[in-house]
Amino acid sequence: MACRFLTAALRAGISFRLHRAPVCLLVIVGLIAADASAAGDQAVADPLDSPMWNEMQQRLLGGHPVVFDERVRVIAPVSAEDSLNVPVKIDASAIDHVQRIVVFADLNPITRILEFEPMQARPVISLNFKVQQATPLRAAVLDGNQVWRVGGVLLDASGGGCTQPSVGSAESDWADQLGEVSARLWRRDEGQRLRLRIMHPMDTGLAASIPEFYIERVEISNPAGEPLALIHLYEPVAENPTLSIDLPGQIAALGVRLFARDNNGNRVSARVLP
Amino acid sequence: MSTRVVALGLLGLLWLASPQAAGRSYDLAPLEVATDVYVFMGADEHFSFANGGNIVNTGFIVGDDGVIVIDSGPSKQYGEAMRRAISRVTDKPLAQVFISHFHPDHFLGNQGFAGTPISALPDTVRGIRTQGELFNDAMYRLVGPWMKGTEVVVPEEMPFRSRMRVAGRNLRLLELSGHSGSDLAVFDEKSGVLFAADSVFFERTPTTPHADITQWLRDLDVLTGIPFRVLVPGHGPVVKDQRAIEQTAAYLRWLHDSLKSRAQQGDSMAEVLAPDASGQAFFDLAVFAEEYRRSVAHLYPAIEQDALREGRVEQSEP
Repeated sequence: MACRFLTAALRAGISFRLHRAPVCLLVIVGLIAADASAAGDQAVADPLDSPMWNEMQQRLLGGHPVVFDERVRVIAPVSAEDSLNVPVKIDASAIDHVQRIVVFADLNPITRILEFEPMQARPVISLNFKVQQATPLRAAVLDGNQVWRVGGVLLDASGGGCTQPSVGSAESDWADQLGEVSARLWRRDEGQRLRLRIMHPMDTGLAASIPEFYIERVEISNPAGEPLALIHLYEPVAENPTLSIDLPGQIAALGVRLFARDNNGNRVSARVLP
Repeated sequence: MSTRVVALGLLGLLWLASPQAAGRSYDLAPLEVATDVYVFMGADEHFSFANGGNIVNTGFIVGDDGVIVIDSGPSKQYGEAMRRAISRVTDKPLAQVFISHFHPDHFLGNQGFAGTPISALPDTVRGIRTQGELFNDAMYRLVGPWMKGTEVVVPEEMPFRSRMRVAGRNLRLLELSGHSGSDLAVFDEKSGVLFAADSVFFERTPTTPHADITQWLRDLDVLTGIPFRVLVPGHGPVVKDQRAIEQTAAYLRWLHDSLKSRAQQGDSMAEVLAPDASGQAFFDLAVFAEEYRRSVAHLYPAIEQDALREGRVEQSEP
């Protein structure tokens, strides 16, 4: 109950009045503390010591046990040089039977960045995202025993990435390139490396008078239509999303199909040849 | 009694608030690199609260009837300290300040030179006009109280001339653009000192936030042809030979080639944050780890796009 209220308060506080976030945060921290003590032993000590950790756990990882696990590797710069385009790689290849990877940043106004269902791909993904301020950056990996294994790093940032309009939306011809795909397959030790880029403004809705407009879903399948991997994107993914995944063995030997969809119902379909 | 205590307390506060009292003074010591030519050497570091942004080389030439200043440093306090240090060397008046380019550690000291013509190339002036305030804000975040009172003073546009006579000195001016889009180098013919500014770094990793590497390498070829006896790089120690130019060129070539080859192997930007072992010769340059990582953010997006475009994609209307 308290949690639900918190979520609502958080959304309202951050999306309507960014400059009031500190006040809002204080209230939330107080409430979380109360909430955590009610939850008793279930609270897990956060190695990154974030005031938002309990909130993150309840909101994004509810229903399954959570442990911190250093084998979940989050590779990102110590500080963001370009807050609109921060690179990160999640490597969960040391975890067995990965079902889902959730990438999130505790102190971003929109915390969830991306969810990856590796299916037949390796549990490794690289992406770029927008950051608003210094924050923990984490990946939670749901393993075969239905346990969330969480790794993370602290990312320093001078910020502003989420409340700025996209670069593309400032140009008059961005719509001509909307949904344009560039992609390439490489044969590497890990199998076939797929890198893809889809032209899209990925507007967060937090910049004045620019509504949220972002790709929600990217599906990768083999040429016969059998699904290989599924990626759910959220507003913080950087403009013109650039994603890298690894498809083991020969499953991408004949190339892959790619389907994507944004929150306005625009669809993208492409075939990537080896 | 109580008023005296309050007054003393206030005085104490004022004393604490003054930069010197808090240990914040730049202590600029001019280094004479040739007769009548001086350099203020900055630290081979990143901006920090400890160094106050004094990570840059600035300098001045004492001419026949005036002083020529090259770059004004990172803050108002630095510009003022520079002016005081110059007046301890000569009582000749300030004739001219040149600003080499629009990066904040080179022009935010302009307030220290009020009353003297401050000039820069047209694109440098444009850059300072549009991005100067952003840089100033960023500097407050990076070096804090040292920036107190610093405001952007936009230089006058200097129509480009390859030769200029100032304060009795014949100067050769070089209009370069690889480091920041508009980069001025100043060669003093009499002393043979070349103020290369940030077109040349030495023993300190070059920075690339607005760099065009191919153009920068061409600029370095131009500088190689200048008959200098002393070269003052924008950052790092002064040299009397080609080493600094060669090192800058070798680093830039490695940076560009290694990023390109990693894009061609399909590496993601996060993977490229770990530098390729082929660059080992540069790992000992000052602030290599930080500058390399920043350069990945500046340069890799365009380089990886080129590699991705070579992929084979058939796109259809769904």
